[in-house]
Amino acid sequence: MRIGVDVGGTNTDAVLMSGDSVLGWCKSTTSPDIAAGVVAAIRTLLEDAACDPEDIVDVMWGTTHFTNSLIERKGLLEVAVLRLACPSGYSVPPKLGWPLELSKTVGDHVFILPGGYEYDGRQISAFDEEKVRSAAVEIKRRGLKAAAISSTFASLNPGMERRAGAILLRENRGIRITLSSDIGRLGLYERENSAILNAALTDLSRRVVDGFESALSALGIRARLHMSQNDGTLMRSSVAKKFPILTFASGPTNSMRGAAFLSGTRDALVMDVGGTSSDVGVLRNGFPRESTLDVDIGGVRTNFRMPDIVSVPAGGGTIFHGSEICSSPQAAKAEDIVFGPESVGSELTRHALVFGGDTLTATDVAVAMNPRLEIGDRQRVRHITGNLAQRLESKMHEPCQQALEYMQVPGDVPLILVGGGHVLVRRALHGCSRMTRPKYASVANAIGAAIAEVGGEIDRIYSYESMPRVEALDDAKRRVSHRLVRAGGDLSAARFVDIEETALSYMPGGAVRVRVKAVAGLSSIRSSLPVHSCTPAPL
Amino acid sequence: MTQARQGSICLNVEDIGDIAAGARLLGAGGGGSTYLVELQLREAIARGEVMRVIPVQALPDDALVAACGWMGAPTVQKEKYPNGCEADCGLTIMEEILGCSIEAIFPTEIGGQNGLNPLLIAARRGISVVDCDGMGRAFPEAHMVTFNLKDCDAYPAVFTDEKGTSLVMRSTCNREEERIGRQIVIAMGGQCHVVDYPMLGARLKECAVHGSLTFARGMGRAVREARQGNRDPFVALLEHLAMADPGRNACVLFDGKIIDLERRIQDGFDRGKAVLEGVGDCSGSQLEVGFQNENLIALREGSVVASVPDIITLVDRETVAALNTEELKFGQRVKVLGIGAPAELKTEAALNLVGPREFGLETDYVPFHGPKAVDDIPNSGEESCPQRATENN
Repeated sequence: MRIGVDVGGTNTDAVLMSGDSVLGWCKSTTSPDIAAGVVAAIRTLLEDAACDPEDIVDVMWGTTHFTNSLIERKGLLEVAVLRLACPSGYSVPPKLGWPLELSKTVGDHVFILPGGYEYDGRQISAFDEEKVRSAAVEIKRRGLKAAAISSTFASLNPGMERRAGAILLRENRGIRITLSSDIGRLGLYERENSAILNAALTDLSRRVVDGFESALSALGIRARLHMSQNDGTLMRSSVAKKFPILTFASGPTNSMRGAAFLSGTRDALVMDVGGTSSDVGVLRNGFPRESTLDVDIGGVRTNFRMPDIVSVPAGGGTIFHGSEICSSPQAAKAEDIVFGPESVGSELTRHALVFGGDTLTATDVAVAMNPRLEIGDRQRVRHITGNLAQRLESKMHEPCQQALEYMQVPGDVPLILVGGGHVLVRRALHGCSRMTRPKYASVANAIGAAIAEVGGEIDRIYSYESMPRVEALDDAKRRVSHRLVRAGGDLSAARFVDIEETALSYMPGGAVRVRVKAVAGLSSIRSSLPVHSCTPAPL
Repeated sequence: MTQARQGSICLNVEDIGDIAAGARLLGAGGGGSTYLVELQLREAIARGEVMRVIPVQALPDDALVAACGWMGAPTVQKEKYPNGCEADCGLTIMEEILGCSIEAIFPTEIGGQNGLNPLLIAARRGISVVDCDGMGRAFPEAHMVTFNLKDCDAYPAVFTDEKGTSLVMRSTCNREEERIGRQIVIAMGGQCHVVDYPMLGARLKECAVHGSLTFARGMGRAVREARQGNRDPFVALLEHLAMADPGRNACVLFDGKIIDLERRIQDGFDRGKAVLEGVGDCSGSQLEVGFQNENLIALREGSVVASVPDIITLVDRETVAALNTEELKFGQRVKVLGIGAPAELKTEAALNLVGPREFGLETDYVPFHGPKAVDDIPNSGEESCPQRATENN
């Protein structure tokens, strides 16, 4: 059996699953101490299902916590940046164009040193051990706890980044190092940005993941721990601790994967209605369609593949402005009513009318319109009837309709409604063939985490003149398989989901950029894998 | 600031973004990403550097000028960034050879990042960029410039790289610059800076595509202002183009999603095609776009609707941001813009240099039916594509 957990900004959802069956689910409010909320949710789950904690083999979880910390600049470390590229690269120094506040938070500790590779594997300049060592000494003098190391074409050859990392670690025991080759794709600036952001988060990620692990231990669960990644696949929790940035978009991805699973639909639109917003995305062949535009995180450009999501400010806690609506409904005119964008968020149970508050929210209108909806005290919204109620409900649907129109998917595709607030959307929306609400729709994100597979990806440049295409693709596949095994995947069930070859334009010589992505189910052998070890893996 | 010449303009941060957006649209799917150059330009402006652009006509006839541009693979440009000295070094070598100082520079091509790079160099040297270029768009090969139509000499051509290596090429044939230069690019690690076509102001006035930077800026500005004002950016762009240069028709050629993408390497280029399936007004129809780094031809149901040297650019349906051929993905939703090439590229002599047959295509140049031409075609009113600039008013 396994448990899927999604720790959102508002709610913590948990599900218990065996194979394809959902054995139980639980939705609770996210607590400031994440671990405490998770423990409470899982305890309820296990008790309700009368399940022995020993029977849980895998726990998968995803969280928006790291994303929010970055945007709020909370819990970030100062980061030393070593770039091995000189004499190239001075025209685009690290952190060029970053938002000033974030740049200040990670500090001004940039070292551009000799090294780096050409596209064909030659060195731009030789690795200079002495210069790296003096940088390491200076980093120690400044008392820095984290470092990001980048070099040109590191995805082709990570050798120099690793050498620099080893020297840095020798001089600074305990320093947290992020190598750009471990996270990024081609694109030095974007990959280096990701490495810096990742390094800045590594103290927070260690605390959060350790907290989660000890919370599970306290419950008697001795399972393998996995975290959800941006693309909906899993990585070991111990790895996630080192690469928190890879978990950034796991929330929307998980709810879309969950929607696909629950509805049995592989091509569809998905609307995830939450507390403060609704996200609309497109499922293609069971996976979220990825955005083709570059992704900025906290104002910093990265080159992660993120799901193509449009977000509108319409959720269960979204506020109707115009307070006279509550007191004297007869006086209210549709034109006076403004829906959102503010939301009461996680304080719905304090501020919403049905919970005894004085703020008219989307949830209140939903209760007034739907006699079967059992949320709070419906007596408190009995004045919302007739024309007024109709108008309010129309207002609520407008942003959702706009989001659907924005996504504009050709052909007849259904819309799957999920998320805690899915009951808010009652009217037929244009732009889809039909609307469905699968069972367990409100915890689709936790289910998405629980059904996830492990994934691996590589992005390298090959020269088809020096290595024939077939051999090059085999080499790429071998490298991906290796990554899958490290992530706990069962190779016998591995599938290559994406193979992309791009000739390097303007360049004779048969240079081709090859990207291969593969997924595999979790291996079932439990004993061969270490039980959520807390010791950091060697660099 | 040195003396202000008549009609010269100093660019601000907003202009940079607008020129970049316009240069990408004129890149016809090639020319590389402009993002990092934009960041550098913004930073330079913040440092107080002055980006001055002067009209070609304001250039003194006896002023020495030269073309600047990067040659290489956009993918290498994503990893290996310039040292910053390359162009400067190349210009200094050129001045030493000619024994005369270069008063202004101009982009080899306006399309893509080469449209922006000269601004960085000129600001650093305290000189101006001339508002013109040699292509009015982006082309894959170095000799595909209007300078070649007027017998300008490409030489001496100075190739420089980030390691401080420089090579000066001389030949009696301008096509050799591309053929041999391509080998230099590879040897220099996939990219190098080229200063070439040194000439006097009087000559430049005869042979350049005029107003390229301001043309790009106008396009970028039209899109930006429309999006800020919540208006349809496509309508705004097409209206702007109709006003800016009535001789250059423009229209949305197609609206659809990519259902097939084929890329292969041939002669050192990224050749291939993207097949689009229509949506909305274009549903039930297919468009095929063939490319060699840049988009060369668009076929609808087998017949040519646009061809090189006219500019065929695939753009994001919301932001009108141009998409490079390397960025295209299966399933992507795009609109296809057609923008008429400048008149200089459509003469018979020019078509022998940059027409479809020069790229190995088995077709002659077919001007596309923009908003003007469409009226002349019988029964064309029933097909709502190409979309007309004015019909949405």
